[in-house]
Amino acid sequence: MAESDNIVVETAEKIFADLADPQTINNDRKEAWKVPLWQALSEAGLPLAWVPDDLGGSGASLADGFALLNAAGRFAIAVPLAETMLAGWLLAQAKIGSPEGEMTVLPANPKDRITLNPDGSLSGRVRGVPFAKAAKHFAVLAHGAGGVSIALVDAGKTKIEAGLNVGYDDSDVVTLDKVAPITVKPAPKHLDQTTMMLIGGVARSLQIAGALESMLNISVRYSNERVAFEKKISKFQAVQHNLAKLAGESAAALAAATSAADAIANATAFNDEVYLEAASAKIRCAEAAEKGGAIAHQVHGAIGFTLEHILHRYSLRALAWRDDFGSESYWAVELGKLVANRGADELWPLVASR
Amino acid sequence: MTAALRFDPIRLPPKCEELRKEVRAFLAEEMARGTFNPFKPNREDTDVPEFSRRVGERGWIGITWPKKYGGHERSFLERYVVTEEMRVANAPTRRFFVADRQSGPILLKYAPEHIKMDILPRICRGELCFAIGMSEPNSGSDLFAAKTRATKTDGGYLINGTKIWTSSAHIADYMIAIFRTSQPTKENRRHGLTQFLVKMKQPGIKVNPIGQITGQHEFNEVVFTDHFIPDDHVLGEVDGAWKQATSELAYERSGPERFLETYYVLTELVRAVGNDPDTRSAEGIGRLVAQLHTMRRMSVSVAGMLQAGKEPVVEASIVKDIGTVWEQQLPHRVRDLAAFVEETAGNRETLERQLDFAIKTAPKLTIQGGTTEVLRGIIARGLGLR
Ligand SMILES: Cc1cc2nc3c(=O)[nH]c(=O)nc-3n(C[C@H](O)[C@H](O)[C@H](O)COP(=O)(O)OP(=O)(O)OC[C@H]3O[C@@H](n4cnc5c(N)ncnc54)[C@H](O)[C@@H]3O)c2cc1C
Repeated sequence: MAESDNIVVETAEKIFADLADPQTINNDRKEAWKVPLWQALSEAGLPLAWVPDDLGGSGASLADGFALLNAAGRFAIAVPLAETMLAGWLLAQAKIGSPEGEMTVLPANPKDRITLNPDGSLSGRVRGVPFAKAAKHFAVLAHGAGGVSIALVDAGKTKIEAGLNVGYDDSDVVTLDKVAPITVKPAPKHLDQTTMMLIGGVARSLQIAGALESMLNISVRYSNERVAFEKKISKFQAVQHNLAKLAGESAAALAAATSAADAIANATAFNDEVYLEAASAKIRCAEAAEKGGAIAHQVHGAIGFTLEHILHRYSLRALAWRDDFGSESYWAVELGKLVANRGADELWPLVASR
Repeated sequence: MTAALRFDPIRLPPKCEELRKEVRAFLAEEMARGTFNPFKPNREDTDVPEFSRRVGERGWIGITWPKKYGGHERSFLERYVVTEEMRVANAPTRRFFVADRQSGPILLKYAPEHIKMDILPRICRGELCFAIGMSEPNSGSDLFAAKTRATKTDGGYLINGTKIWTSSAHIADYMIAIFRTSQPTKENRRHGLTQFLVKMKQPGIKVNPIGQITGQHEFNEVVFTDHFIPDDHVLGEVDGAWKQATSELAYERSGPERFLETYYVLTELVRAVGNDPDTRSAEGIGRLVAQLHTMRRMSVSVAGMLQAGKEPVVEASIVKDIGTVWEQQLPHRVRDLAAFVEETAGNRETLERQLDFAIKTAPKLTIQGGTTEVLRGIIARGLGLR
């Protein structure tokens, strides 16, 4: 997806290019870039892309939003854009309007749970919440006696233990101890924690695919510049083959992630076929992040291992994104169970369903 | 240059779903009739002429070709569906598949009209088997080292030399081959090869069988001794075969046959594991299914781009590279996971027999149709590295 024919993506790419140039960001240890970037994104209505107009958002389609996340991955954007989009989307499912400012979703791990108590308060301890520290509000999916609910919570009412993921981005533990939500409403029937995890997983898959695309591009460029043994290293067959493999991993990630995004954007129901698409995307993109990232570093030699170089902005984030909304091992077990449960003769029909 | 890989999320249109049902029903009929057993990929008899004819009757060979040559003017995506259903069912397609995928399209493009009118309808009826004569004892990856000579004579050419690894040559009616018509030039070592249509079972052609490590007979050595080929059997430009041979590779490289050759072991693993798998089996199956699904999405995407008239050369090479590596690893991963399958699993013997065959098959998957190394060279070129 080099050129975009999509106005949302074009807008975002322009903002990223102007205000989130990876090299500039990488040199800026004080993170002064964050405020103007977030401001520009907000003015363009991008963090609330998935919130309908009547709930205060910009009402972009699911498809456009997913394409935007792919672009964010290409720039390895480290502000809670994906998280705020997901939170806005979740709240909108229960017709809850989105407030301004950064948000994130809870839980971000399929095995964590938040409980809606009989008195209407929320309790639970959830780990690995991306950008919890930066968020002003949380969109929460909770389980109560009446089923699944969606709540808007003031982040200030919760206890946050700061942490960092592998990519040096905030990944925090959040504890809700009988927190009164700002709003809480029942979730629509089709929506449960699994759906939310899969959609979060697809968001991460698109980001990983974008990061891999950039890793491929900067690795190809570097191999055409770096000279060793009096040749550009791109002329060594072993290096070419490594880059061809990286292209394969990048391609697999892109294909899996965009296919899953398309499946969700056009889904009428969250059936087995959509589940296959979404779970596969997270599994395959995580595998690609591991294999592709290793090659990108190999090609860059020691320079790519420095903090000064931008490579780690992509490689470490792609590795970190594997963990959010269910790791590849988690989804592989779940997908394996689903396949086994349907039975051997139903496997091919499932794979060939679209 | 930056690499802008494209993999649009192309979906098969509803027409394809109809066709898929028809193909499945047909294959079920053939199994019931005993034509082939999908659970025995190493079936003794892999050549079933009547099966080809019945596939032809259904209109599933030359599906995209013009009607005037016996084709059906259907879409490339419909062809895709037929190929994948045949492959997944382990149907005996050997007799017609090469002609359907490669030889027919070459004839369509380069053969004189009277030859097209004669041969293409017979391919579509499933009556003809084609072989590909590219490799020689000292020329495999390096196609341009081919030495078998075509010497100009009255009204045609005399062929002398040896082709090798020629699949199906022992049952083939025709071969499309490249022969040396002149020496390479200093500027272009690819120059001097010409593509010919060869009628098999003629004087001056001797086919010697070569066994394979699977125990099957597919390979042959084909020896030409003053074999005569008439002028109208030259395909395309004399001395210019290299352009022709490299231009249509996307069709050959990205199809479902490039990642489904060992698929049967995965189905049988799922059967053996049963519907309540332990965590290890579930995870193993889940990963393989995610990889398979991704491969297929990539392959369908390339098929859709071809249908739309694009030329996704790098994308197609990538699909073949990671597809063949995947189908090569699959039997070994399944073997890993099958180690703990209960003794009592009903299909245990079938699974073991399939694994035995698939493991023996695996080594060839990354060699046939161009090796991994050669493909990665093509991808590297596409990335602007050479
Ligand atoms: C099952 C099967 C069916 C086949 N059917 C046919 C057929 O019908 N018709 C036909 O013409 N051929 C057929 N082939 C032959 C096939 O196309 C060749 O085997 C293939 O092109 C490789 O050539 P080779 O075997 O001579 O190996 P070589 O070219 O000798 O290669 C040996 C090794 O060296 C590597 N190598 C060679 N050159 C380079 C390079 N420049 N850079 C890096 N590595 C290199 C290769 O990748 C390979 O790993 C078939 C092969 C198989 C396995």
